[in-house]
Amino acid sequence: MSEFLDALLAHGFLQNALIAAILAGVGCGVVGTFVVVKRIGYLAGGIAHTVLGGMGVAYYMGADPRIGAAFAAIVAAMLIGWISLRWKQHEDIVIGALWATGMAIGIVFISRTPGYNVDLMSYLFGNILLVSPSDLVVMAGLDAVVIALVALFYKQLVAVCFDEEFARVRGVRVDAIYLLLLCMVAVTVVSLIQVVGLILVIALFTLPAAIAGQYVASVGAMILVACGLGAVFGVSGLALSYATNLPSGATIILLAGIVYLISLALTRLAYRRIVRCQGR
Amino acid sequence: MNPAIEIRDVWFGYDGPAILENVSLTVDQGEFLGIVGPNGSGKTTLLKLMLGLLEPGQGRVRVLGRAPSEARQAIGYVPQFAGFRRDFPISVQETVLLGRLGLAPAVGGYSKADREAAEWAMSEVEVIEFRKRPLSALSGGELQRVLIARALASEPQLLLLDEPTANIDLRVEKDIFDLLKQLNTRTTVVVVSHDIGFISRYVTRVACLNRTLVCHTTAEITGEVIAQLYGRPVRMVRHVAPAQGDRGP
Repeated sequence: MSEFLDALLAHGFLQNALIAAILAGVGCGVVGTFVVVKRIGYLAGGIAHTVLGGMGVAYYMGADPRIGAAFAAIVAAMLIGWISLRWKQHEDIVIGALWATGMAIGIVFISRTPGYNVDLMSYLFGNILLVSPSDLVVMAGLDAVVIALVALFYKQLVAVCFDEEFARVRGVRVDAIYLLLLCMVAVTVVSLIQVVGLILVIALFTLPAAIAGQYVASVGAMILVACGLGAVFGVSGLALSYATNLPSGATIILLAGIVYLISLALTRLAYRRIVRCQGR
Repeated sequence: MNPAIEIRDVWFGYDGPAILENVSLTVDQGEFLGIVGPNGSGKTTLLKLMLGLLEPGQGRVRVLGRAPSEARQAIGYVPQFAGFRRDFPISVQETVLLGRLGLAPAVGGYSKADREAAEWAMSEVEVIEFRKRPLSALSGGELQRVLIARALASEPQLLLLDEPTANIDLRVEKDIFDLLKQLNTRTTVVVVSHDIGFISRYVTRVACLNRTLVCHTTAEITGEVIAQLYGRPVRMVRHVAPAQGDRGP
């Protein structure tokens, strides 16, 4: 651990990685909480994977892949949202098709790009050590946008996640809030590609929020705990990957997954003990 | 004064055979109407037409003299149990505050007036003592009271309830209907129920629905009417409620 701290002081790229881990944790905590309580993990996964299509096209055209990613993410969010609102019964099939098609488009365009071949693995699984200062500015900006939106529309977001029909009766524009939520998912996916990649991002959305949900009983508290957990997983996963020379994104996700399983076992055990005590 | 609800010659079907056929019904302000009928008779559909969540295929629905979607702000709605997950992380107080949406500021948190209205609604249905509790820790009867408080928080002129006592025991059911009776002194109440025998002791009028309006009466529901409604004779148990005085046969 002290080795990591020494290296941290010595190397700028590690400092960048550390800040990126914290920013990623915060973004995921905020948006992931809504993904978990609204149970749209599959939709979020669809948005994340479709992003590769946009990145591939942008890369082929010689543009910044981040621009392509942002464009594809928003288009995917609106498309998936629209499908989910209009054809609820076909939702899973259409999202599955979009998910795979998006990735296929990305891979085809990347393979057709002449010259130096991009490191596809870093799009898919991230590389936190390559985060640049300009990436950090983008991440901080996107985090700020998401936090501001949640602060403004917290009531409506909770109402739509909790009871859509009642929200509609109370005059909430349910469809607009739902699409806003999916756009926040899209924006956060884009900001996380560099950190954990678009395949692993779904775990960072769901695991910290799911752990938080086992201990607190309000959406607001869930957001705070999930942000904290996300940042802790990011930083400790980074340190662990540095010490063991393992890929950073995968290490962060494995750490979150293990903690989730332990937490799940502990809460089940505690619940059983309560039931047994009451039984006596 | 406009009637609370005016339904004229309404037909409705979800891309298939008609669920409601030629329904006409007027509910005056101050009434306590019970809508009864077997499963699949269109009770919930009729309620959703009143809320403007569905549009009639033919005919007209007016609520408080306006289109339902415009009158919604004045309606307190208590949906069926199954509308949400019981383990959602939300407290009683926060749930009741959701009833203030539409009146609360469009962005940011709730105002002082919203919090006071929620507080009033919670004391009205006697759930104020567990305002901090999560919804998952409530019994069926407590949860139903919380949902009624959420509907009352907007200080509605019209209260629509969909099977408010479907999942709770008989004693609590009586408490809920006593509460509705008391609320009826100030607001119009429409309650959908499958429990025809129980409901007829509380409401001022019963509308029996089975795709179309079979009967429409203020009188005691007889076995004959029930047979007509359900298409076969139904064994009916008369509940005797000592507190309500003797209205038995």
